[in-house]
Amino acid sequence: MLRYVYGSDLSDHPRLTDTMFRDRATQFRDRLGWEVTVDPNGWEQDEYDGLDPLYVIWETPSGRHGGSMRFLPTTGQTMINDHFLGLTDGAAIQSPFIWECTRFCLAPEAGGRIAGALMAGGGELMRAFDVTHFVGVFDQRMKRIYRMIGSAPDILGEAGSGRDRIAVGLWEYDAADRLRVLDRAGLTPEQSERWFEQSFGRKVREMALTG
Amino acid sequence: MALDLEGYLIDVERARGLEDIQTLILHLRDQYGVDHIVYHWVSSDGEQYGCGTYSPEWAQRYVDKDYLRVDPVVIGCFQRFHPVDWRKLDWSSKAARAFQAEARDYGVGRQGFSIPVRGPNGQFALLTVSHDCDDEAWDAFTLAHQRELILIAHYFNLKALELEHARAPEPIKSLSPREVDTLTFLAMGYSRGQVADMLSISEHTLRAYIESARFKLNAANTTHAITRAITEGLIVVGGTSRAADGGWPGRRTPS
Repeated sequence: MLRYVYGSDLSDHPRLTDTMFRDRATQFRDRLGWEVTVDPNGWEQDEYDGLDPLYVIWETPSGRHGGSMRFLPTTGQTMINDHFLGLTDGAAIQSPFIWECTRFCLAPEAGGRIAGALMAGGGELMRAFDVTHFVGVFDQRMKRIYRMIGSAPDILGEAGSGRDRIAVGLWEYDAADRLRVLDRAGLTPEQSERWFEQSFGRKVREMALTG
Repeated sequence: MALDLEGYLIDVERARGLEDIQTLILHLRDQYGVDHIVYHWVSSDGEQYGCGTYSPEWAQRYVDKDYLRVDPVVIGCFQRFHPVDWRKLDWSSKAARAFQAEARDYGVGRQGFSIPVRGPNGQFALLTVSHDCDDEAWDAFTLAHQRELILIAHYFNLKALELEHARAPEPIKSLSPREVDTLTFLAMGYSRGQVADMLSISEHTLRAYIESARFKLNAANTTHAITRAITEGLIVVGGTSRAADGGWPGRRTPS
């Protein structure tokens, strides 16, 4: 199932949190070879985990992390505006309607469906909170994964070459996209909306009042 | 009557002080026909200010009683960044329930909807709308106005940051003695070559001093750096600054 958890509430989900930060170490340090910090517990964390981000996490039936991503509002501190201004010609991306998405991570055994479910979760956030875009930094391998799950971003800028080539991309909310992403993830809209409601205590969208 | 959002945001951009923001909040409240709208800034060290339509008695009581530490709206929103309906917050503690009852006595209203805003360097603020009505009417209101409120909250906060910045400009970083000498001689009209000779350094080193002074003064070029250094009282032309005892108008000698 999908869970939406703020940083300050991670302690309510100890197993999910532990496996998420370990899987991040596996993906970013071991598989992708990024220079990330892994603490003695085997957790990969950076300064943005300390800023009360919102995590969208896939929890497997056994209660462990299956995949996750991390959001922060671009009006506050973000990775892109702090470190990757060179990719956007120095222009900071700041809007109350754009959230930054980073650390998209899949557990080693996770399949495309989980990736798709995470994307669907991102779509629910957009729909619920009037977010129009997500912005993110990623490398070539992630670019392929995004394309595979039917959610390729628009590239704003790229730098570097080969494996080290990184890009800044923008995802725009698209209602038609939503159904396609849900479909690929093997989820019904009702399922996805129920998970959202379980986390936030509110519906994604109240029914529009008619008549 | 619907709000002319674009015109409203232009008015926010033109605001010159908190009084103008206050007027704009009153206008918004009347447009929406709700009981209260409040913009509330909370800095990381607990300093707070705001403006809005709560009664002065309630605002004073909130500060006197240090309700910042109790208020589930502030506590709940501080760690989040999506718009929050007050019904979804944790009101279970005794202190929170007492606070809620008191807020209602002061006419805050049963319903509330708060937009958290995260600004630069951990800055945090809230735009809150509160009203006395049933759940159904409130759901309809928040659904219809969420996007508009997010935008207005953002504009209020940009304005507040701008006003705050004007009130307390970033302190000018002090210059090293070499940088002071360099800018002083340049201000007196000596050429770079002459200044380098006078200080017994190479022109290359001199350029480094100019560059670091320019950076500290946040100046676009050397002339700008000299002008700023003079206005800030960091250099005094007509004598050497290190010998001068300060006393630049309106400014005390840095100790």
